[in-house]
Amino acid sequence: MNPSSLLCLLAAWTLSPLLLGIINRTKAVFAGRRGSPLLQPYHDLLKLFRKDLVISRTTTWVFVAGPLAGCAILGMSTFLIPFGGSPSILRFSGDMILFAYLLGLARFMTVLAALDTGSSFEGMGASREVQFSALAEPTLFLALAGLTLSTGELSLSGLFSANSTLHRGGMAVPLALIAVALFILFLAENARIPVDDPNTHLELTMIHEVMVLDHSGPLLGLIQYGAALKLWVLGAILWNTLWPFSTGHNGADAGIALVGMMGLAVGVGVVESVMARLRLLRVPALLTGAGALALISLIFIARL
Amino acid sequence: MRNGETISIGSIPSLSFNEFRHEVLSDLQPGGRLATIFSLPLPNGRHRLVVVSLDGKEGVLRPCSTEISQRYPSLTADSPQFHLFERELAEQWGLHPVNHPWLKPVRFHPPYAPVPTIFSEDGAVPIPGRMPFFQVHGEEIHEVAVGPVHAGIIEPGHFRFQCHGEKVLHLEISLGYQHRGIERRLTGGPDRRTIHYMETAAGDTTVGHATAHCELVESLAGVEAPLRAQALRAVALELERLANHTGDLGALAGDVGFLPTASYCGRLRGDFLNLTALLCGNRFGRGLVIPGGTGFDVDAAIVSELMDRLNRTLADVKNAVDLLWSTPSVMGRFEDTGTLTRDHARRLGLVGVAARACGLERDVRFECPSGLFRFAHIPVSTYSSGDVFARAHVRWLEIERSARFIREQLQSLPEGPVQVPLTPFKSNTLAVSLIEGWRGEICHSAMTDDQGRFARYKIVDPSFHNWTGLALAMRNQQISDFPLCNKSFNLSYCGHDL
Repeated sequence: MNPSSLLCLLAAWTLSPLLLGIINRTKAVFAGRRGSPLLQPYHDLLKLFRKDLVISRTTTWVFVAGPLAGCAILGMSTFLIPFGGSPSILRFSGDMILFAYLLGLARFMTVLAALDTGSSFEGMGASREVQFSALAEPTLFLALAGLTLSTGELSLSGLFSANSTLHRGGMAVPLALIAVALFILFLAENARIPVDDPNTHLELTMIHEVMVLDHSGPLLGLIQYGAALKLWVLGAILWNTLWPFSTGHNGADAGIALVGMMGLAVGVGVVESVMARLRLLRVPALLTGAGALALISLIFIARL
Repeated sequence: MRNGETISIGSIPSLSFNEFRHEVLSDLQPGGRLATIFSLPLPNGRHRLVVVSLDGKEGVLRPCSTEISQRYPSLTADSPQFHLFERELAEQWGLHPVNHPWLKPVRFHPPYAPVPTIFSEDGAVPIPGRMPFFQVHGEEIHEVAVGPVHAGIIEPGHFRFQCHGEKVLHLEISLGYQHRGIERRLTGGPDRRTIHYMETAAGDTTVGHATAHCELVESLAGVEAPLRAQALRAVALELERLANHTGDLGALAGDVGFLPTASYCGRLRGDFLNLTALLCGNRFGRGLVIPGGTGFDVDAAIVSELMDRLNRTLADVKNAVDLLWSTPSVMGRFEDTGTLTRDHARRLGLVGVAARACGLERDVRFECPSGLFRFAHIPVSTYSSGDVFARAHVRWLEIERSARFIREQLQSLPEGPVQVPLTPFKSNTLAVSLIEGWRGEICHSAMTDDQGRFARYKIVDPSFHNWTGLALAMRNQQISDFPLCNKSFNLSYCGHDL
């Protein structure tokens, strides 16, 4: 096992909540506020893990299993993600399919737990989540297909490794298109504006948040930690696409990738500050638009 | 009668029910609206039903009365404006409006008189929210219940949606959780507590309700507040409008997830509230408006400080709000959301910002002005599209115009005292007073008894007229747009529940 891969895995586990802190800080700056400390998400997680659980009598074991499985599955997905030039710990030909379906499985578990409560809010959120993810998933596959087609690599680590052919000449335009598509996907999958508003208290407008309304204490902590991990893994895929270069030095590459991830978090904060949420009816248009971009770049690459 | 005038009970037209029905409905025909309805038990066991309608074009109030028994024919089918008023009467006095299409409790309190409640067979008063809701049936229909406990720090109210997917087919609103029995407590008054009940009838409209009450008791006493006090009241009323409209624009931005305006307007609302605090030491204007004048006077130093801070705050608000108008994603959310047609608004008798956003020129300051608004006019701000954008835009127009008005008034404050003593009230008299609060028309009316005490005091908050408008605006909208629509009306729960 490559020690730098292990370090990158640890970075994903420990630094992912920091991204949320950076996003919140950026938003605060735009709003003219001082904002919460960068490490606030860690404090929130610790607080939640120290709390008691309240579990509704109308729920079954599914309600508890959902967050546990969801967090575990997202944790598993971090094993597949190459970061800063280091290959992932687990890598095999076609691992990108496993990655996509791990995200899908985690969502499935969250949706099941939401439906288990029998609340009309959570059912509504689950229906929205499933509808939008059905539109978002093809984007991920098309983007990954484009990258695979251009490099001939079938594993994520191969795609984004230093000797991958991703950054050969002529790839700038299709890569940029894929990056835009992935950025939209990144915002949508992580329940950020313009698709969802992670800060709202208005249940009727929520997508992701409304599904976890009934979870409390450690279960909620698991959900939030899982969300941070998801932000990290999708961010890493996006960053790897944006920055397909290598300095040849492991430490420097990892440093650049870390800075890049923080830059992404700032970017999310900026997007959330300068625009309002889309009307829920318009979200499918945005997601299919992202899919179209990925498809165009796939055609580009195929013709190259 | 005009706004702020009194009329002796004997001279209120007392008609047979059919004449009454004809008279009232013809008063409402050309665009008139109901200002208030209340009833008083008579010694013979029957009830005297008093209806005051407002003719905005002429600027006059038309009181009209009839005697009814426990059952009387409902007028709701003729004009939906009667809908809630008739439910209210049924709840208060057990008066049964026959053929009322949707007879249910309003505030879920026991009747005022020792009569059985008409809402249950066993005589038990239903608890708030316990009533049959309108239901839509079908395989793909689902029902969403929101409240009375909400996620935000807001008042309690229950909303029942009938949805087909994300589309709302019908919304029914059930309030009453905030009922405190203010009107009932005022019977036999006024006393030393009265003004405080008025100030808290709807806490965000302290100046509006207190001014309406004070103008009412001044007209009953036959005195007029000194001109300087009237000017200070008008300034405070408009400051209240500035603060609330600014807060609303910020909250609208917050509901679509647009942070900059949300944060800035939240702070600037506080700055406007602080201007009111400069006048009287309280951010909501408590203690400022008292019967006979105002509780506080201002000096030149306060006036110049007020002007200075007003100008600075207004410039900031302009920046924050311009950002709203110039952001396409925000406009995309506001436009064509929660549209209410002009015709619906007129038929429901909407008032205030919600009515003006549908193109109705309904503004008491213009239609039947009282106090200082008789001498200094503010243009009526209207917009025609009737959607969330229209309600936001009317708020911004009013912010600009109210600020100009405040500046003018502060520059030319009349000299003189700010208080006159009240004299005893006229007996057996009806007084009605209307004020355009920031939310809309506030109507206070009172009938005095032989000793000049309140035999019946009736408050109509603009929210009472407008909640139905919100329910109608949600038809065929996305359920996810409800919070935005709700905020664009921003109605009061406790003002409705009293």
